[in-house]
Amino acid sequence: MDASPLRDPTIGTGAAAGGPAPGRVVIDARALSLTFDTADGVVHALSDVDLTVREGEFVSFIGPSGCGKTTLLRVIADLERATGGSITVDGVAPAEARTQRLYGYVFQAPALLPWRNVLANVTLPLEIFGMDKASRLEHARRNLDLVNLAGFEKKFPWQLSGGMQQRASIARALSFDPKLLLMDEPFGALDEIVRDKLNEQLLKLWAETAKTVVFVTHSIPEAVFLSTKIVVMSPRPGRIIDVIDCDLPADRTLEIRETAQFLAIAHRVREGLRAGHSYDD
Amino acid sequence: MTIDAAIAPASRPRGPGLLARAFAGTTGPVVTIVAVLMVVWYAAAVWLNAPLVQSETPLSTAELVDATLALERPLLPAPHQILIELKKTVLDTPVTSKRSLVQHAWVTLSSTLTGFAFGALLGLLLAVAIVHVRSLEKSLMFWIVSSQTIPILAVAPIIIVVLGAIGVTGLVPKAIISAYLCFFPVTAGMVKGLTSPDRLHVDLMRTYDASPSATFWKLRVPASVPFLFTSLKVAIAASLVGAIVGELPTGAQAGLGARLLAGSYYGQTIQIWAALFAAAALAATMVGLVGALEGFVLRQMGTRR
Repeated sequence: MDASPLRDPTIGTGAAAGGPAPGRVVIDARALSLTFDTADGVVHALSDVDLTVREGEFVSFIGPSGCGKTTLLRVIADLERATGGSITVDGVAPAEARTQRLYGYVFQAPALLPWRNVLANVTLPLEIFGMDKASRLEHARRNLDLVNLAGFEKKFPWQLSGGMQQRASIARALSFDPKLLLMDEPFGALDEIVRDKLNEQLLKLWAETAKTVVFVTHSIPEAVFLSTKIVVMSPRPGRIIDVIDCDLPADRTLEIRETAQFLAIAHRVREGLRAGHSYDD
Repeated sequence: MTIDAAIAPASRPRGPGLLARAFAGTTGPVVTIVAVLMVVWYAAAVWLNAPLVQSETPLSTAELVDATLALERPLLPAPHQILIELKKTVLDTPVTSKRSLVQHAWVTLSSTLTGFAFGALLGLLLAVAIVHVRSLEKSLMFWIVSSQTIPILAVAPIIIVVLGAIGVTGLVPKAIISAYLCFFPVTAGMVKGLTSPDRLHVDLMRTYDASPSATFWKLRVPASVPFLFTSLKVAIAASLVGAIVGELPTGAQAGLGARLLAGSYYGQTIQIWAALFAAAALAATMVGLVGALEGFVLRQMGTRR
């Protein structure tokens, strides 16, 4: 894991800048559990989850549906409350992290407001935070540049392709410069060609912005290609069964997927998924 | 090309013909239905009015048909008789005259619009209250729905008489009846509209730690706009019904309702039908205007393609 250049020196824990020292802990979950009471009985969405995410990391949660990967992300975002264990986000409770607007959240669907054009969609959080108009526009333009959507400011969501809509939603999540970017299968609904392209762009964006990214996916190649750390999860109960360091070089291109190192990591992820899931259904 | 077109402008095929284009849109079907209705109407007028024709001498079939369509007080007036009556009372009578249908329509329209304004406002406020205070949905919604199960024809005279007894007459009682009829579709539509944003958008606002008022103005209100216009179209038509019903029980001197009532007292069927047509035209115009406003607003919001 080579996260040090991405660390913010002003809030670091004192590790020497530039060295391969681990970043500050941003997300720290201990024995986290979450149960839902449903008509069919108690569902253990998360069970005994321990997780550490450090500053500047790109961490992917991977697993079959029902393994709690989205639930875990929603607990981090304070969209769900854990029923047991403890979790801190940037040293505070998730609820406080949310009110401090420490994270930007990218949903599975772009979730753009159809009555706002691209620019107005990206400025939405800034309006809510009460930022003045000039700064709003400046922030929005900068982030639209970052996702290669400059020139599309006046377009409405329905005039954009699915990939462009999701890029606009990423620009919106980044618009207020949060420390943490939480992404819930953002490219799940896109075709593979667009997905590859956006994966490359996302890596570039991650390198440029030095954000800590937590990324939910069910695609093994996507997880290995993007991540510095892969968290393999398993359903019934939702739990972590393996955490794999993905120490591929930082400047990855799509070709890296043919290398032996990439395939070895992908293999380990697949083994983990297989071990945690009996495929009896 | 331009020369060709100038020489033989008609012979050059230009996509589908006029008829095909008319039927691709709404014009063709509407015209067809109207034509069918006219045929049925004339046939029914002849059939219903035939017993009313009095004659000393036996009539030929053609004479009988002519006579059935020219009665002064037919059972069912023919469309052209209604049109002549409309022309007479709308175009040929000065607006200031008591016989002018325009004046009567204006009386009804003014109470319709007053009632609509208050009813829509009341409906909106109720919807906002219900969406914000969940307990109100349980307590208020029952009464709101119940209020609409009471036949307005029974309530209207009570309102008119009670308000008349305390000296409130004219426009206000009628507007109250209109408002009573038209707040409900607005409340029902707007409760649905204000709660229409999907889970994703509500979660999104939550990630921004948006205040309830920010969520309301930036998410719920814009999302409810299509619902608003749909309910306003229903409400304005209901409001007109309310105004007309409000003109019936007291035998009001003016308004389309008064014309309907007077017409039925004196067997002036043509007058009744003319008033009916005026009311229908009024309703269609108002719904059309709300629809045009809807189109404009949705285009401004960028949601209409």
